[in-house]
Amino acid sequence: MKIMVNGEGRDVSAETLAALLDELGYGDGRVATALNEDFVPAAARGATRLAPGDRVEVVAPRQGG
Amino acid sequence: MRLYGTEIASRLMLGTAQYPSPAALGEAFRRSGAGIATVSVRREAGGERAGAAFWDLIRELGVQILPNTAGCHSAREAVTTARMARELFDTNWIKLEVIGHADTLQPDPFGLVEAARILTDDGFQVFPYTTEDVVLADRLLAAGCEVLMPWGAPIGTGLGLTNIYGLRTLRAQFPDVPMVVDAGLGLPSQAAMAMEMGYDAVLLNTAVAKAGDPAAMAEGFARAVEAGRLACEADPMEPRDMAAPSTPVIGRAFLE
Repeated sequence: MKIMVNGEGRDVSAETLAALLDELGYGDGRVATALNEDFVPAAARGATRLAPGDRVEVVAPRQGG
Repeated sequence: MRLYGTEIASRLMLGTAQYPSPAALGEAFRRSGAGIATVSVRREAGGERAGAAFWDLIRELGVQILPNTAGCHSAREAVTTARMARELFDTNWIKLEVIGHADTLQPDPFGLVEAARILTDDGFQVFPYTTEDVVLADRLLAAGCEVLMPWGAPIGTGLGLTNIYGLRTLRAQFPDVPMVVDAGLGLPSQAAMAMEMGYDAVLLNTAVAKAGDPAAMAEGFARAVEAGRLACEADPMEPRDMAAPSTPVIGRAFLE
């Protein structure tokens, strides 16, 4: 299905947010997620199902002021 | 200094962006003695692992982490970003930025209050990046903020304290609220002035990170913050227009 990940169009087979992170190679990286502009806690990723057109954000710690 | 019940030894807070290298960042923090480091969250690609490396670097600094919502332009973006930051950095502290103007990076006061209320209700301890506006300050306190962070000047300008009257008024209006001058500082003298005015701390990034010698500038700011705080606690003299001799007049020679 076609979804957006970090602003880029992707064609993915994963059906849940947790499976998507595995499919895209995040593995055990230190990341946080949002689906359609709402935060999804790590513990809820397995039960969070994806739908065509969803917008996923995957972020990590960075430098900031 | 206590911020949300946490004792912080240093009154200098330092950002972690724009340093020439991770080593320069580490050295600047060591020389500054800063007790709080600001950080952010940004998009990461699969397999990139940049976040994990930065997380390791920050934890080695041994300082309190204050994540920000930099770049957010709406309350909703800021709230979602804050929640992602809380999970990543394992802290309820959030430096809340809701930007309302592209050129000045001035806070959007309406979005700021809205986001502050949502986040406070959600268990966050909010450090709002705000202006010197006393009405906005009042609204932020009513929304649950226990610390305020008024700007000195727009982010990254290095202009110093551009509205001294406004900052004085804000300080006087809320004498018991911990307040941090955040953003716009370019030189240690400006930080000293903020501290002399009674501000509890200063937060800066660019002035140190973009200096030719970041570590030396970090130490310069640390000393200025200390000097300004000492002066504030020492009850400074009142300025006066007329000269007054400091050397005793009585006993002067040649006096007829």
